[in-house]
Amino acid sequence: MTKIHRRFADRVAGFVRDWSLPRQIAGESPYSKAAESSLSQNLRPRLTEADKVGTIICPYCAVGCSQLAYAKNGRIIHVEGDPRSPINQGTLCPKGSATFGWLTSERRLDHVLYRAPYGEHWERRPLAWAMDRIAWLVKQTRDETFVDELPDGTLVNHTLAMASLGGATLDNEENYLIKKLFCGGLGMVWIENQARV
Amino acid sequence: MGSNLAENHPIAFRFVLQAKDKGATIIHVDPRFTRTSALADIYAPIRAGSDIAFLGGLINYILERDLWFKEYALNYTNLSTIIDERFQDASALDGLFSGWDPDSRSYKYDSWQYQGEDVPASIAEHYVNTTESYSEKLRRLEKGPPPRDPTLKHPNTVYQILKRHYAVYTPEKVEATTGCPRAVFLKIAEALTRASGRERTGAFCYAVGWTHHTTGVQMIRAAAVIQALLGNTGRPGGGVFAFRGHSSIQGSTDIPTLYNMLPSYLPQPQAHKPHATLDEYLQSETPPTGFWNNFPKYAVSLLRAWYGDHATKSNQWGFPWIPRIVGDHSQLPMTLAIADGVIRGLFVLGQNPVIGGSNSAMIQRAFANLDWLVVRDFTETETASFWYAGKPVRSGELRPQDIKTEVFLMPGALIGEKEGTFTGTHRLVQFHDKIVEPPGEARSELGFIYHLGRRLQALYADSTDEKDAPVKALTWEYPTSGETDEPSAEAVLKEMNGFTWPDRRQIGDVHELKDDGSTACGVWTYAGVFPKDDHNQARSRRPDGPDGPGTHLGWGFAWPSNRRTIYNRAAADPEGRPWSERKKLIWWDAEKQRWDGYDVVDFEPEKRPDYEPDWSRHPKGMAALDGRSPFTMIADGKSSLFVPSGLKDGPLPTHYEPIESPVHNPLYGQQSSPVAKQWRRPDNHYHPVGDPRFPYVLTTYRLTEHHAGGTPTRSVAVTAELQPEGFIELTPELADGLGIKHLDWVVLSTLRGEIEAKALITERLRPLEISGRRIHQIGMPWHFGWEGYAKGDIANVLTSVVGDANTTMHEGKALTCNLRKGRLRPQ
Amino acid sequence: MIPDEAELTAGVKIEPGKSYGFFTDTTRCIGCKACEVACKEWNLLPADGLHLTGMSYDNTVGLSASTWRHVAFIEKISDGDGRATEMAPYQSNWLMMSDVCKHCHNAPCLEACPTGALFRTEFDTVVVQQDICNGCGYCVPACPFGVVELNMIDGKAHKCTLCYDRLKGGLEPACAKACPTDSIQFGEVGELQQRAHQRVSELHELGVDSAYLYGVPNSPGATGDLGHLNAFFLLTAEPEAYNLPAAPSRASNRVGPSLSFGLAAAAGLALAAAALFGWQK
Repeated sequence: MTKIHRRFADRVAGFVRDWSLPRQIAGESPYSKAAESSLSQNLRPRLTEADKVGTIICPYCAVGCSQLAYAKNGRIIHVEGDPRSPINQGTLCPKGSATFGWLTSERRLDHVLYRAPYGEHWERRPLAWAMDRIAWLVKQTRDETFVDELPDGTLVNHTLAMASLGGATLDNEENYLIKKLFCGGLGMVWIENQARV
Repeated sequence: MGSNLAENHPIAFRFVLQAKDKGATIIHVDPRFTRTSALADIYAPIRAGSDIAFLGGLINYILERDLWFKEYALNYTNLSTIIDERFQDASALDGLFSGWDPDSRSYKYDSWQYQGEDVPASIAEHYVNTTESYSEKLRRLEKGPPPRDPTLKHPNTVYQILKRHYAVYTPEKVEATTGCPRAVFLKIAEALTRASGRERTGAFCYAVGWTHHTTGVQMIRAAAVIQALLGNTGRPGGGVFAFRGHSSIQGSTDIPTLYNMLPSYLPQPQAHKPHATLDEYLQSETPPTGFWNNFPKYAVSLLRAWYGDHATKSNQWGFPWIPRIVGDHSQLPMTLAIADGVIRGLFVLGQNPVIGGSNSAMIQRAFANLDWLVVRDFTETETASFWYAGKPVRSGELRPQDIKTEVFLMPGALIGEKEGTFTGTHRLVQFHDKIVEPPGEARSELGFIYHLGRRLQALYADSTDEKDAPVKALTWEYPTSGETDEPSAEAVLKEMNGFTWPDRRQIGDVHELKDDGSTACGVWTYAGVFPKDDHNQARSRRPDGPDGPGTHLGWGFAWPSNRRTIYNRAAADPEGRPWSERKKLIWWDAEKQRWDGYDVVDFEPEKRPDYEPDWSRHPKGMAALDGRSPFTMIADGKSSLFVPSGLKDGPLPTHYEPIESPVHNPLYGQQSSPVAKQWRRPDNHYHPVGDPRFPYVLTTYRLTEHHAGGTPTRSVAVTAELQPEGFIELTPELADGLGIKHLDWVVLSTLRGEIEAKALITERLRPLEISGRRIHQIGMPWHFGWEGYAKGDIANVLTSVVGDANTTMHEGKALTCNLRKGRLRPQ
Repeated sequence: MIPDEAELTAGVKIEPGKSYGFFTDTTRCIGCKACEVACKEWNLLPADGLHLTGMSYDNTVGLSASTWRHVAFIEKISDGDGRATEMAPYQSNWLMMSDVCKHCHNAPCLEACPTGALFRTEFDTVVVQQDICNGCGYCVPACPFGVVELNMIDGKAHKCTLCYDRLKGGLEPACAKACPTDSIQFGEVGELQQRAHQRVSELHELGVDSAYLYGVPNSPGATGDLGHLNAFFLLTAEPEAYNLPAAPSRASNRVGPSLSFGLAAAAGLALAAAALFGWQK
């Protein structure tokens, strides 16, 4: 009951505070200052709430626009153009403007899904299990298919049975490790990304 | 041309409009009137795939009217160079060049060489496969300048060959081939050639509208020829600009997750080339002259970076461990190899080949032949759900319970959830911060690959098998942090930059690299991005002020050596003076006896403009290039108007029809590229020329509202709603003929498959008169699929696996199809 | 947050007491819809639906309670004699225009509002205060441009706020900041008007005789006692082509100057309702 009373009291207080008639009588314009509500009075851009801000590079095309990403309590609260960048000077295209929407999309996956051979459904599996399983499959495939030389004795040291696609959306460092592990370590030759498509 | 810049790179178009404000003329040549055309001063409609006919017409216009920039082209290009007397041009051989071998369906390159000497290519295959003694003819590059006739009168000078080659590309032929009205073509030629000379420059912007053809490389080449003739390369405001479509597609080309290269632009060793040993590899791939003469330093430093102490001089620095390619292992044949069961396991890392791959239905069937498939993305993609939602499953042809593939769908971290660098279309390397943790089990690819590598090194730890040695030898110690054991991206970037071995001091510049194992460098072009332990130049954010020169050397790192305009020696005249005050970028400072400027100079800093090599000493590398040779990656330092090596389809851009075309080639008997990569098989049929079953030209494209395969934009409501479903665009004339009304459902078909979409009838497309025939073009965005909010049939169901001979890039921009009103199945 | 960021992005220091608005120059518009997305992302507005309209590339259709920027597309490829081959400098033949609330100098919506929810801010912009609006809907027919709309979920009136919160933080409004080609320019209205007149003269010199301003004093759009529009446009076709009224008029004649009475009445009602609501809980 006290709670309700307080709420009622708040409402009355809020109403009186926002009620513009006294302010109009005091000479403020009924269309502007006198009509200003408490919400309006206290309004601030939500960027002021950010406890962290960083520079990111727009993740869509290759123009390389800079963005400022604002976060609060470990969650991104907004992304917009970085005015300091000589490339985009604060602007963004419709895709770049949707970066915040992408990062916070409700369609984002946050767990591993696994589909067993001949399975009819996705199943959830722990990340560590999937990593172990993938490593084992890679080793098995490689061991069964590795060729050191062609029948004519030409050295090849490769496996043709594994392939990798992708890289153009990833960081340079990620591409470097992909090529290093897959080519330099495992001997894969089918390594490609979006550059040709 | 070949780019819909305003739609696909709006922020780049910002600068086009700023140039317009300063008086520039914007010209847009495109099969469709797009949002770019709307902002252009001149719009030219052309038939998809006829670009070389158009560009060849421009070259002819320049040569016939003598509009080329003499001082530039005579000094900086191979215009006056004399070509082998056996060379025969396509103008004499009805579309083929000399050296054609009908049995192997390929060219022999002997007759394309300079008179008396072989010239290695500047791209990632330097080895010249000519029949004569390779090394002997290459060595002549060290003995004197290439044979030239500065009067240009010699019939085999590049100038005379160009004139003969392009004589047939008259305005009349341009109109008959491209459909562009002659008057519009001439207006463009007039405007373009005005952007030339000391005071003025012009630029070409292209994108996949040029690359997605079986003649894509030569389309770009044709623009390069124009720009070299007009003096528009290496200069501010000049150039041939590639507008690339993914945030780090340039980075993933420099640091190639590509089959045919090692980082960075070093050829992947090939079983059928003299690459058996490191010595043979270095010998055959190191051009004697020009910058590429440094090749061994980069190759050995890479091996040191990868194999650390396991790389020794006696084991050829681990070179035998690098896998040899045995053919074309690019994406198109990869999908066929999956279909054929050659490939058993596939990683898909932030890509969606079911949407973006050619002949999508074939790909979806092929994936059912995989033993395992790992898809890493931020949401479920069509590639991940092929086994229950794919076209063959929906049609009843396949059932999930019959598909053996073990599928892993793993959540990936997005921007802001990991740190690292992207390299944009301008070669600019920019670091991005980590601001929050990725959600749940989402991880970066860096973490995924690192931990996969750790697991594999553990699995192989006890192996004594020689085949497992590289896995064990791989340097894989990167510091990790946090609950997810995320490896440090900066530690990886430091290795890419390079350091001394074994004391690991960061190197400051590419010139510090050695071929004796004393330096390790993962990506030689990136040397200098992390020059000191505490200096990550990719993080640098110091733009020029409003009064600065605008090169912004303090913002990020542009490879190589933080240079913004490559080949910028050409921004100064042969004497080393800026061509003009307006177009000033770099210059020779006679007082200091060195080059200076607003950019990092792309030349030896103290090489005088009048420097001449001392040929008696058989100079190598840069010493063999004179002071007027800006194009230092090319063996003779001159822009290649005529390309002796490196191109599989001819030394000069030549108009060939797309593999699928409604018309016969109006210019030559040779219909299409004789060397185009074709895979004729039951799951990949092509349409014959003028096939009446498939009378329309189809071109696929992107919309500004969506990104590539559409996953990031179709999954986000505010972008999905802007272009909410797939559609095709067609002319009112064609719609009338077929009884199609606006927004009617229509079925598009090729021998690869059929799809349905709604029809947008628009005058932005127009029928073209090609050699007296009326040709209709149909357009279709290829973003759509069955996942996300904005859905539609997959355009790539219609396309075929066919590729450019040089790059194996597909021909999604020009094919033929049929169109009818109605739906695939009765509703 | 960068202090006074608008100085970097728009060359404007935002200060209360001055008059701010948009100059939307359609001749620079590439129809990319960055303004629509940036607006929705900043203002956390939901998508409106997934419907392929067939109206050229316009699938947004119009301004609404949840769409405060709308890019209209008008294909004018034919000139009566087949497809045009002549192109005017800057935008031509395919017209694209980013529409928005006009923030009228004499705003009929504001005059019609009986609760004072609609008010004129210290930046001379017109904003619906969501904590006051009771969803009566008087503002909806009052707007001569069809901008204001009631949201079906909360029942209240919504429209562009000219990013009121951002202005208070020294930030340029989201749409104008994002705009890749500076088709949408934000600034002080007087300065913008000057810039716009200059731009029209330049275009006329370039032969674009059709260029004119919509919403500056004594021009189309600034009719019917509206004064001028704080968000005004440079157009190259008749207003109707863009679905803009050629001569919008103030609706005060229709709705009546009811504010003071309305305020008193609403106050009484609200007090009663609040009391009732509070006690029932």
